[in-house]
Amino acid sequence: MIAQATGIPKDALDNTIVSVRDLEVQFQTTDRRATVKAVDGVSFDVRRGETFGIIGESGSGKTTIGRALVFLLKPSAGAILHDGIDPLALPRKGFQNHRRDYQIIFQDPNAALNPRMTILASVLEPLELARAGTRAERLARAREAMDRVGLPQETGERYPHQLSGGQKQRVVIARALTLRPKLIVCDEVVAALDMSIRGDVLNLFAELQRDLGLTYVFITHDLAVVSHISERVAVMYLGRFVELGPTDKVSERPLHPYTQALMSAEPRPLPSSMRDDHRIVLQGEIPSPIDPPSGCRFRTRCQYAQALCAARAPDWRELMPDHWVACHFADRPNFSPN
Amino acid sequence: MQTAEPAQRRSDAAAAGGSSALMSVRGLGIRFKTSHGIWQATRKIDFDIAPGERVGIVGESGCGKTITGLSIARLLPNNFAGLDGSILFDGVDLATCSVREMRAIRGRRIAMIFQEPMSALDPVFTVGHQIAETLRVHTGIAKEEARAKTLDMLRRVGIASPERRIDDYPHQLSGGMRQRVMIAAALICGPQLLIADEPTTALDVTVQAQILQLLRDLSATSNTALMLITHDLGVVAETCTRMITMYAGEVIEDAAVDDALVRPLHPYTSGLLRSLPHLSPRGGKLPSIPGRVPSILDMPNGCRFKARCPHAVAGCEAEQELCDAGGGRKVRCWRFRELELPGALQHLGSAPIAAMVSRP
Ligand SMILES: Nc1ncnc2c1ncn2[C@@H]1O[C@H](COP(=O)(O)OP(=O)(O)OP(=O)(O)O)[C@@H](O)[C@H]1O
Ligand SMILES: Nc1ncnc2c1ncn2[C@@H]1O[C@H](COP(=O)(O)OP(=O)(O)OP(=O)(O)O)[C@@H](O)[C@H]1O
Ligand code: SF4
Ligand code: SF4
Ligand SMILES: [Mg+2]
Ligand SMILES: [Mg+2]
Repeated sequence: MIAQATGIPKDALDNTIVSVRDLEVQFQTTDRRATVKAVDGVSFDVRRGETFGIIGESGSGKTTIGRALVFLLKPSAGAILHDGIDPLALPRKGFQNHRRDYQIIFQDPNAALNPRMTILASVLEPLELARAGTRAERLARAREAMDRVGLPQETGERYPHQLSGGQKQRVVIARALTLRPKLIVCDEVVAALDMSIRGDVLNLFAELQRDLGLTYVFITHDLAVVSHISERVAVMYLGRFVELGPTDKVSERPLHPYTQALMSAEPRPLPSSMRDDHRIVLQGEIPSPIDPPSGCRFRTRCQYAQALCAARAPDWRELMPDHWVACHFADRPNFSPN
Repeated sequence: MQTAEPAQRRSDAAAAGGSSALMSVRGLGIRFKTSHGIWQATRKIDFDIAPGERVGIVGESGCGKTITGLSIARLLPNNFAGLDGSILFDGVDLATCSVREMRAIRGRRIAMIFQEPMSALDPVFTVGHQIAETLRVHTGIAKEEARAKTLDMLRRVGIASPERRIDDYPHQLSGGMRQRVMIAAALICGPQLLIADEPTTALDVTVQAQILQLLRDLSATSNTALMLITHDLGVVAETCTRMITMYAGEVIEDAAVDDALVRPLHPYTSGLLRSLPHLSPRGGKLPSIPGRVPSILDMPNGCRFKARCPHAVAGCEAEQELCDAGGGRKVRCWRFRELELPGALQHLGSAPIAAMVSRP
């Protein structure tokens, strides 16, 4: 019934695990005199079993979307449906149980680990809260999860401050995996891991997805990571999506000028003689979500901006199959950085 | 090593020896007290940093990068059991100098950006207060002036409308903004050495490019030396002059960045270059280095990489020293002369990285 209220066609729901419509999240500034529009009108669907990537500007609202997706914060406006239902409409107990299936892993592992609990106790905790299996089974599952993320068993007796940053992040990943949720929002989860371990952890994510049908929303700054693991990727700028499409299309033929700049700025592990100066350097100050520019939000830094861009916000349109963009001029043939 | 690198990518000062170094680290190691007794977390760490030099420190998670940075800043955890070796910084041995001497150096002449910005910022003070206080403690300037300088620094690290953000508390900022606040706090006193632990992993690549540019400019204009700890070899390639690779608590390779990328001398460095995700097709399995870092409890004799090294032979169980490999390079592997190891370029033909090179 909620589906009808928000205008989502019924048949789309079967392969949709999360649908987001016109999501807005606002915060007050400290002096309470202004509002930060952290997320300002975002709509998308996450398909069951896919990895949905979110990349974009720092401070553009990616973490805020992630938190809203698992109802760690309440949207100021708009709707988020899980499997076609609105979790906020569930009774309290039902809501608690429901949330277990939708997990989030954050970029700062310290926030997720209790400094006074040993590592093994931390990994066990969610299993114990969920009263899953016997004590021996829980222990086995926790040890297996630690093993899979590459933590030696001896680290189980240690406390968080006795581990390195990457080791702590692996603890947090192990912890989320023990519960076998339906969906995990991964917020910068591999940023603290070195290349080799990162490969292992990404392989593990892929394996679990295949085995358990997990869905991921993968927030990251690492373009190489996102293009490796996600089928589709959304690009965020100042509270809105500017582009959304199949990852290979977005990374090989970005339609939005911001995405083009982003793709060109990726640092490459090449010796200086092999690196050409391909970078699109964004000019101008980064605008603030307290007071975003009129019309297209990217216009203050866009090399193609025209009068129309200040007057009217570009529509969110599907320019190519499954490939969406918000830019007035994205379909002009000569519109490209080269 | 036929790379035609520009002069500034060569670390001439370091190659010439320690005399011109700003900091000379020799035999540095750290021990911890744990429930299993005393652990040697790092050992035999030797390297120099010249003024204005930019050195990248890379290596597997848990190999001791952060602890090495913290040892230099003498910010040691409370279960620490002892420091070995010496850290000569501008004539003062930081490993043995008094707490008072250290306090005068840390924050002002040596600044550190921490890996976890949320834990390094105090949640009860506004970010502006935290930065301005650092400046006031070290320089004693007036409040208004400190605030003006703080605003300017926040702008330089790319915070939009800093006058509206300066009175925010850390939890009101995004991860990347907190990181930039940390960077501003570290730079505010104009340090001679900046130890930056994963300073840009929380930032999008356009802001990252801006911060890396700022760090490069500082090293060029203020002669600030940079010790950049990161997992991102792309960041090292674009920012640093030299790359030091660590493994299981030891330095295993030290070379000019271009040399290390083109022709790594240590099998571990070569393995790291192979695991870059740029090099594998989407959805495919990412190559990783098989096996795990040995546990501190069970460290093998001789080469610590032996159990995972495809080139291990009889002889590798002997203690490995950091050998001089010529051309300002050092490596902790006795077979370096005979091994021809692939670097980042060898993968070019097959992979998406080829597209990246030619892309406009
Ligand atoms: N609790 C809060 N109170 C006030 N403002 C907030 C709060 N949480 C987030 N914000 C603001 O909302 C905006 C979006 O923040 P968010 O953390 O979602 O960004 P992000 O895209 O995850 O950035 P990053 O890549 O840097 O982590 C920022 O301007 C941030 O300062
Ligand atoms: N207080 C402590 N007590 C005992 N062991 C510790 C302590 N702090 C760190 N260690 C151990 O020392 C080793 C080196 O840790 P360090 O934090 O330097 O790693 P790192 O190279 O920075 O890794 P990462 O890339 O994951 O941040 C790790 O194995 C870690 O578990
Ligand atoms: S709408 Fe205009 S300002 Fe916005 S991205 Fe397109 S060209 Fe640039
Ligand atoms: S010493 Fe032997 S085992 Fe160690 S890196 Fe060299 S070849 Fe490999
Ligand atoms: Mg974030
Ligand atoms: Mg570290």
